[in-house]
Amino acid sequence: MRKKIAFKPITLLLLLITFVSFGKEDKQHGEPEGDLRGEIKEYIQHHLLDSYDFGLYSYTTEAGEHKYVGFPLPVILWDNGLKVFSSSKFHHGETVAEAGGSYYKQHHGKIYKVDGPNGAIIEDDHHHATNEKPLDFSITKNVVLIAMVFAIMFFMFSRMAKSYKKNNGMPKGMGRFLEPIVLYVRDEIAIPNIGEKKYKKYMSYLLTVFFFVWIVNLFGLTPIGMNVTNNIAVTLCLALITYLITTFSGNKNYWKHIFWMPGVPVPMKIILAPIELLGTFIKPFALMIRLYANITAGHVVLMSIIGMMFIFNNWLGSSLSFLLAFVLGILELLVAALQAYIFTVLSALYFGMAVEDHDHH
Amino acid sequence: MEELFGGFSLGLFFWQAVLFLALVFLLRKFAWKPILDSVSSREEGIKDALEAAENAKKEMENLQADNEKLLKEARAEREAMLKEARDIKNKMIEDAKEEANEAAAKLMAQAQATIETEKKAAISELKSQVANLSIEIAEKVVRDELSNKAKQVKLVESMLGEATLN
Repeated sequence: MRKKIAFKPITLLLLLITFVSFGKEDKQHGEPEGDLRGEIKEYIQHHLLDSYDFGLYSYTTEAGEHKYVGFPLPVILWDNGLKVFSSSKFHHGETVAEAGGSYYKQHHGKIYKVDGPNGAIIEDDHHHATNEKPLDFSITKNVVLIAMVFAIMFFMFSRMAKSYKKNNGMPKGMGRFLEPIVLYVRDEIAIPNIGEKKYKKYMSYLLTVFFFVWIVNLFGLTPIGMNVTNNIAVTLCLALITYLITTFSGNKNYWKHIFWMPGVPVPMKIILAPIELLGTFIKPFALMIRLYANITAGHVVLMSIIGMMFIFNNWLGSSLSFLLAFVLGILELLVAALQAYIFTVLSALYFGMAVEDHDHH
Repeated sequence: MEELFGGFSLGLFFWQAVLFLALVFLLRKFAWKPILDSVSSREEGIKDALEAAENAKKEMENLQADNEKLLKEARAEREAMLKEARDIKNKMIEDAKEEANEAAAKLMAQAQATIETEKKAAISELKSQVANLSIEIAEKVVRDELSNKAKQVKLVESMLGEATLN
């Protein structure tokens, strides 16, 4: 327990120190303040986007050249056949990449097809690229992080399961810390919301989603600067699974309460049916937006305040910003766990509604 | 909203779905099931142990109650036995006394009877003795009287006189 608590402030400190060192690079370059502001804004926007290479950090040399530290990831495209090449071909989005006779270029974190080696992205009036978009199944930075969390979770929990076998049903090591959380999910989230009889078959999903969101959120606070849950694709995927489980486990009562609400007059039933039906979609939609918005907002605010340190550039403003960033960082740690909790509780609640028996009505 | 979905990436969605579902199924097989099973079997074990302890306690109480009952019964029996013994003793004493009294009464009666017969015998012996003595005395007296003629006549006369009168 104590190890875990100690781990968090260290992560936070590392986070702050990393950004401070970023700042130093910028300072040495001695850019005018307007540029610095723009750069911070751009950096934050860049951070919020997924990327095709695993960048740890980047800096600008004295000569004004951008240097990136990290490693490239495979780009997998489906464009009249499977095309796999390394993201290093893009040179961090600065050049056109060639694969199998086609040319591709990055634009706002997406890959577009261009005409030739010197082809350009054609933008419409709303700054949207009009170029053709190939189907993109690239292993991006976020996919790598998801895979990492996958590996970590599998390692942690399969070890925990093994320790039970070795110790006659008692947890050992990491399991001692994880067991109360697992039991918390079972006793405080699953059982009260779903019910003693039916909670068992949902436990796998609830536990996985809880730990997945939590760990992924915590990773988002590390200096590696990854943020999986502020991708709408990720939260949509999770919310969609919740929606599908809810829909497929819905019993007769659940559907009856949606299409033919008992206990209200017939005209009301007709009015309520579309509202209730819409409600079934709105619930997972809200799940998706809530997780996405909370984490994105947290990242934007935290990074903006860290950025403010370099904009103020005096001891009072910068130290106040530092303090604020520190407090906000701690708050974000809470948010990381809270959002995982909320997502799990609401999922459990929806499952509970789907399987509830209305015998007592 | 447009910006929100503009950021949507099908590739990321695909990988997230694949990896997440794989994670759910793998963890279910290798982690959640064994963990939850061990936890629930442990909880079951604790519950059983508590129940067993409770039962043992109840049994102990029952045993104690039984013991108490047995002790009470034993005490009552002892009490009864003592009472009986006392009663028997009293009765024996009573009987003995009665018997003794009877025997004494009998003895007394016998003694009295003996005394009575002895007395009767003594009286009758005394009577005969007295009669003998009287006869001897009368003989001696008569012998004296008869030594003198005159006196003899006189006696006969008086006796005759008496006899006639009768």
